[in-house]
Amino acid sequence: MTEFRPEELLADAIMRLIGDVRHVAVGNASPIPALAALTLRERGGGKPYVSLLGSRRHMFFTDGGRELFDCAGQGRVDVFFLSGGEIDGEGNINLVSIGDYDQPKVRFPGSFGSGYLYYVVPKVILFRLEHSRRTLVPKVSFISAPGGNEPNVHRTGGPVGLITNRCLFSFDRARKRFTLASVHPGHTVEEIVEHTGFEFDRPDDVPVTPAPSAETLKLMRETVAPQLAEVYPQFAQRVFGVELPKIA
Amino acid sequence: MPTIAASVDDAVAAIPDGAMVIVPREASGVPMEATRALIRRGVQRLHLVALPTSTLQADMLIGAGCVETLETSAVSLGEFGPAPRFTAAVLGQAIRIKDATCPALYAQVQAAEKGVPFMPLRGLIGSDILAHRPDWRVIDNPFGNNDPIVLLPAIKPDFALFHAPMADRAGNVFFGRDREALMMAHAAARTIATVEKLYDGDLMDDPAMSGATVPSFYVETIAVAPRGAWPLQLPDHYPADGTHLAEYAKLAATAEGFARYCEQHVYVKKAA
Repeated sequence: MTEFRPEELLADAIMRLIGDVRHVAVGNASPIPALAALTLRERGGGKPYVSLLGSRRHMFFTDGGRELFDCAGQGRVDVFFLSGGEIDGEGNINLVSIGDYDQPKVRFPGSFGSGYLYYVVPKVILFRLEHSRRTLVPKVSFISAPGGNEPNVHRTGGPVGLITNRCLFSFDRARKRFTLASVHPGHTVEEIVEHTGFEFDRPDDVPVTPAPSAETLKLMRETVAPQLAEVYPQFAQRVFGVELPKIA
Repeated sequence: MPTIAASVDDAVAAIPDGAMVIVPREASGVPMEATRALIRRGVQRLHLVALPTSTLQADMLIGAGCVETLETSAVSLGEFGPAPRFTAAVLGQAIRIKDATCPALYAQVQAAEKGVPFMPLRGLIGSDILAHRPDWRVIDNPFGNNDPIVLLPAIKPDFALFHAPMADRAGNVFFGRDREALMMAHAAARTIATVEKLYDGDLMDDPAMSGATVPSFYVETIAVAPRGAWPLQLPDHYPADGTHLAEYAKLAATAEGFARYCEQHVYVKKAA
């Protein structure tokens, strides 16, 4: 088996979650989802469309930042990625703060587009690399975007799964509950239980997250890594050794 | 007709203490030289609106004590981590923050472009963003049946401030592909743009450029600032200066370090 980096395993698992769709959009601070989306596009010979926020080359929008949201509102964005300083067992995500909102103990950057995209993008894939009781909590301090709504609220989208450095969870929207879908190589179910602050379902036999194929790894390293460097130069340098841009 | 100011410091002199100033996200021409000029001047009590997010610019203005109210969807340093002066100011309750989500800010600015009092937006219901915004409302869609939807008031900034590749001598400003500049100029009462260079000719004469140009009608002041987005990128022109941003992130982790950074890079004007 070819050796792989953790980032490559996660991106490969995300590629399977994305599935067969027309348009994948990737937001801020999402280098691993970007790696997944661009690799999928290479493998698909240009399908799906990929909109990489902050990119010139991997982005077709010509109407400014608002076009992503207008496009999503119409149902033209099939997949998006969100993270959270905290994520709870009902799929609520917190990108704002911990503690009382007016006197917070911890402050995160802010909600970005989550307070909208979580509602209108059919497949939202959650990713949070630090899998701990600090990040995966029983109840978030602040709801940037809820995992679900009352039935009368317009909601065409929501979470389908959560990927971490230890495992992959799937999400059942009707039951508002995560199920352990696979455990990454080198990790165990006991360890997942120990480090997860919310309750989740798990089958008797939990599969291991499959390793990326040699072909996928080759695509990521040779073709996609240099593309990724446009928006994520630090990540591309650290993970793939792509040279940083020269400053005049 | 717009004025071409003698310097960036002169161009931002019109922005008074307490003004509402709208600035663009990192990919859309962040006026960093103008930001340094505002800090040098010691502007205070700004109501800063980030369309729809900010990075170094908001962090520096907050760290320098220029901001009273911040309206944004997020502030971070991207690949260089959390924005340290923003984080410290929120934790220390030194600024008032109006948390939003990206499309809400776009919708609110669009309302101002159209001269209407509000715009509706999907999403938000059930979030604590909405719960902490008494200025936002939920109504039942008057064209629907039991369909709650959020209404957001127009944001009408006193000033739009951005950096662009070039302007002609009549004051038309070419921005290129990102239309944030156009939105902001439409919405704001007054627009100040810094540009890499002046263009000899009429930008409105060339159809390849006129569609990506803010007409001088909306522009009040222009100043030439070569590399005026540095150390951030100006897309299609130059990338971000990662080494410098890493140094900023390190220094700005403390108030003392931030003050030292400002001594080196803000208060001392770089030799031309």
